[in-house]
Amino acid sequence: MSFLSIQDLTVRLRGKTPILRRVSIDVAAGEVRALVGESGAGKSMIGKSVLGTLPQALGITGGRIILDGEDLEQLSPRARRQRIGAKVALIPQDPLTALNPSRRVGPQITNRLVDILGWSRKAAEARALELLNEVHIPDPARVMRAYPHELSGGMRQRILIASAFAAEPKLIIADEPTTALDVTVQKQILRLIAEMQQRHGTALLFVTHDLGVVSKVCQTMSVLYSGMVVEDTKVRDFFASPGHPYSAALLVATPKYTDPDGSLTPVPEAVIRAVEEEVAAFDRRQEGAA
Amino acid sequence: MQILRRMIARLAATAVTLVGVAVIVFVVIRVVPGNPIAMMLPPGATDADIQRLQELYGLDKSIPEQFLIWAGGVLQGDFGTSISLRQPVSELVLGRLPATLELSVMALVIAVALGGAMALTATLYRGTRVEGAIDVTGGMALSVPDFLWGLVLILLFGVLWPLFHISGRVSPSLGFEFQSNFYLWESFVRLRFDVWADIVAHMFMPALALAIPLAAIISQLLKQSLKETMHLDYVTLARTKGYSETSIITREALPNAILPTLTLVGVQFTFLIGGTVIVERLFSYEGLGNMAIDAVINRDLPLIQGIVILFALIFTVVNLVVDMTYAALNPRLRHA
Ligand SMILES: Nc1ncnc2c1ncn2[C@@H]1O[C@H](COP(=O)(O)OP(=O)(O)OP(=O)(O)O)[C@@H](O)[C@H]1O
Ligand SMILES: [Mg+2]
Repeated sequence: MSFLSIQDLTVRLRGKTPILRRVSIDVAAGEVRALVGESGAGKSMIGKSVLGTLPQALGITGGRIILDGEDLEQLSPRARRQRIGAKVALIPQDPLTALNPSRRVGPQITNRLVDILGWSRKAAEARALELLNEVHIPDPARVMRAYPHELSGGMRQRILIASAFAAEPKLIIADEPTTALDVTVQKQILRLIAEMQQRHGTALLFVTHDLGVVSKVCQTMSVLYSGMVVEDTKVRDFFASPGHPYSAALLVATPKYTDPDGSLTPVPEAVIRAVEEEVAAFDRRQEGAA
Repeated sequence: MQILRRMIARLAATAVTLVGVAVIVFVVIRVVPGNPIAMMLPPGATDADIQRLQELYGLDKSIPEQFLIWAGGVLQGDFGTSISLRQPVSELVLGRLPATLELSVMALVIAVALGGAMALTATLYRGTRVEGAIDVTGGMALSVPDFLWGLVLILLFGVLWPLFHISGRVSPSLGFEFQSNFYLWESFVRLRFDVWADIVAHMFMPALALAIPLAAIISQLLKQSLKETMHLDYVTLARTKGYSETSIITREALPNAILPTLTLVGVQFTFLIGGTVIVERLFSYEGLGNMAIDAVINRDLPLIQGIVILFALIFTVVNLVVDMTYAALNPRLRHA
C-alpha cells in the first residue's frame, strides 16, 4: 500500500483548461520518486494539489489523493490541513523567499511542532538544535536567534531542510530545491537531502529538471508532459531503455553529467508533435466521455 | 548608533520646521485685515483707547520687532497673553490640549480597529462578495470628509436615535471634580466608570466622524499589502504546516504587510488631528480646535500663534514616533 496515492488527478484552470490530465502517481513509504518534465508541465501543481496550496484560479475537478489511507478531498478543510501538517513537509525552491523576514529562524523551525503538533516549546527547541546539527550548521544556537537576512542562501536552504524533517514527516515534497542556489552549493544541498532522506527513511517526491540528479538520488520516476504522465518507471530502467519516445528524447536532450556544458540536443520536432497529438487525443476522449 | 544619529538629525530638522512655522504664522496673521483691539473694545471707544491698548500688547511696533519680543518670551516659556481671554496663552493652550489629544487618540484607535478588521475580513474572504461589500463601504467612507460624517452622525444618533451626546465633553450633572484635563484617563484611573462611560458617550461620535475616512484608508492599504504578502513563499510554506487561514493572515502575513500601512497612518493621523478643528466645533467639544476657531474670529494673535505652534509640534512628534516604530518593527532597518 502506497503512502501517497494520486489517482486520476485532474486540475483545471477556472474549471476549464486542463492543467493536470488524470495524473496517477504512487509513492511508497521510504520511496524516492522523481517528477520530471519541461517547464510548465505541471510538476509543481502536483505538489501543490497534495499540499492544498493550489493558486486560487486552479481547482481539483477529478480524481483522488489518498494519503496514508485517507482520501484528502473527503476530509474537512481543517482535518486536511492537520493531516498535511503532521505527515507531509515541503522543501521549497527558493530559500531566499521561503523564510519570514520579520521572524527569527528558531521559531520558524519550531512553530509547526509547537502550534500544530502540540510539543512543548523546550522540546521543540531541543529538536530544532538537533536538526540544525544534522544539516551541518555551525553554531546552531546562534543561528536560531538570527534573522533570515543575516544568513546565506545555502544556510537558509539547510534551515528549511532541517525544518522539513523536524516533525519526522512520512513524505517530503522537494520542488526543485537547488535551482535557486549557486552551482557549488547545489551539490552540497543535494547530497544533504539524500543523506537526510536515508537517515530518516522519509519518502521523497523530488521535482527536478535535472536527469543527472534523478540518476543519483531517485529510485522511481514519473515523466510529465503538458499535465499528462507519459511514463512511470524505475530510474534504472529509464536510463537503460526509456519507454516513451518523449522520455528517450529527453534523455538525449539532457547534458551529460560528465560534460554539463556540452551541446544540448533539443527534443526533435517529430517527437513533440507525436506527444502533442497524444495530449489532444486524450482531451478529445475526455470531452467525448463528458 | 545609526538610529541615534538619525534621531538627532530628525530633532534638528524639527527645530528648523518649528521656527519656520512660527515666522510664517506670525507674519501672515499680522498682514491679513482685522484688528484685534478694535474687536475687543466696545463701540464708541476713542482712538486714544485703541492706541493705549495697541501699546499694551506691543502691536504698535514693526512686525520684526514684535517677532523678536515674542520669540524672546517663547525661549523663556512665555507665549504671551491672550487678547480676548486675558490669560497666559501657554495656560490656555495646555489646558485644552488634553481634550484634543484624548479625542484624537480615541479616533485613531477606532480607525485602526475598524480599518484593521475590514482589511483582515476582506483578506480572509478575498474573491467573495464579502470583499466586494467591504470595498464599496470603504469607498463610500472615503468620499465624504470627516466633518460631513460628523453632521450625518449628529442627525442619525443625536436627533433620530439619540444614543449619544452631541455636545460638550462631560455631563455637568454628574458633578465630578476633575483634577486634570485628561478627563477620560482620569475617570478611568480613579475607577469612576460611570463618569468614564459618560465621557465616552460624548466623545464617541466626534471620534467616529474623524475615524471613518482614516479607517477606510487603513482598510484599503492594509488589504492591498496583505494580498501581496499572501502570495509570498513563506506564507505558502506556513500553510503547508497546517495553520488555519486566519492564523496565516494574522501571524505570517500581517507583521510584514503592516509596515507600509504604518507609515501612512502616521501621515494620516496628522491630518486627523487637523480635522479636529472643525469637528470639535461641530460637537461643541472643548478642545484646542474649538479654541482655535474662537481665536481666529477674535483675531487673538498671541493665542493663534500658540495654538499653531502646538499643532506643529504635535505633527512633528507624531512623525518621529512613526519613524521609530517603523525602525523597531523592521529587523532589517534595525541591523542596517
Ligand atoms: N497561478 C496560476 N494561474 C493560472 N495558471 C497557472 C498558475 N500557476 C501555474 N499555472 C499553469 O499551470 C501549468 C503548470 O505549472 P507548474 O508550475 O506546475 O509547472 P512546472 O512543471 O512546475 O514548471 P517549472 O519547471 O517551470 O516549475 C503551467 O502551464 C502554468 O501556466
Ligand atoms: Mg515548478
